[in-house]
Amino acid sequence: MAIHHQLLNEFQRDFPLSPSPYADIAHQLGVTEDEVLIALRELVKNQSISRIGAIVPPNSIGVSLLAAMAVPAEQLDEIAEWVSSLPEVNHNYEREHRFNLWFVVNASHDGHMGDVLGHIEQRTGLTIMRLPLLEEFHIDLGFPLEFIGAT
Amino acid sequence: MSALPFDPWFTDPRDPALFEALQEGLPLVSRPYAAMGERVGYTEAEVINRLREWRLSGLIKRLGVIVRHRRLGYRANAMVVWDVPDTEVSQVAGRICQYSFVTLCYRRPRRGSEWPYNLFCMIHGQDRERVESQIRQLIEGCGMTAWPTATLFSTRCFKQRGARYVPSIETVSLESIEPA
Repeated sequence: MAIHHQLLNEFQRDFPLSPSPYADIAHQLGVTEDEVLIALRELVKNQSISRIGAIVPPNSIGVSLLAAMAVPAEQLDEIAEWVSSLPEVNHNYEREHRFNLWFVVNASHDGHMGDVLGHIEQRTGLTIMRLPLLEEFHIDLGFPLEFIGAT
Repeated sequence: MSALPFDPWFTDPRDPALFEALQEGLPLVSRPYAAMGERVGYTEAEVINRLREWRLSGLIKRLGVIVRHRRLGYRANAMVVWDVPDTEVSQVAGRICQYSFVTLCYRRPRRGSEWPYNLFCMIHGQDRERVESQIRQLIEGCGMTAWPTATLFSTRCFKQRGARYVPSIETVSLESIEPA
């Protein structure tokens, strides 16, 4: 299990940009490249990691927007599922508030964004509260995990 | 030649497809950059070079393992919001960012009386009580006791994945729906 924890914690940033990055990681951890690949596949399969990829600042490619809606409780499951099915939506959470559905919409440009939001409002009959990013104060550099009671 | 979308990040016609491949995640094979290159028409060296340039220019803020914190026991996910006077918001945000348990901090517009909040931060923790005590610590430590605030814990995650910005290439993502 140790290699899994190290893979989760020590490679959230500065992933090797070399031809054989998994072999480099293996070398660093004192294991084989196959062991690294097998462990990473397991972590993807059990959904501990979503991918090895990039975090991109909001609004650098296209536009993004935090949206919130006050959805009647009896409609929440259905509307949440439908909102999640839209390719422009990448995060979608239920939160404890009168505004109970919070999602992030990504679009290629402002016109596209307007179309997506309009479509959601029309289909659900609900108003979207639009909360665009005005200023980002904190950089997401990943965060250290504590493995207490976790698999 | 017409300009590519998302100039100045994309300077080559193959860049949008490479970015899309990146958002899907690095393949778990011995030569992942070669595999990505094969899909989009770049050599391995060109892929590495483009990713390095994107990282240096800030398009890639970090490259690495993207964990699903809920799956790893981080289920107490709080969005904490405040109504902070505009003249003080930057200074207060700077203090909030000193706390290592804060993962994100943003300023967003207020929306009338039903949403008077302009400062947002995210805290991801393993248990709710600890996150609540961290929020109290934050409010006292940053001198925010006078301002209206709300804490919105998430109760269910319907979807969480990397943003796909290129609308012409839409792929079904295996990770698109995470059970509660």
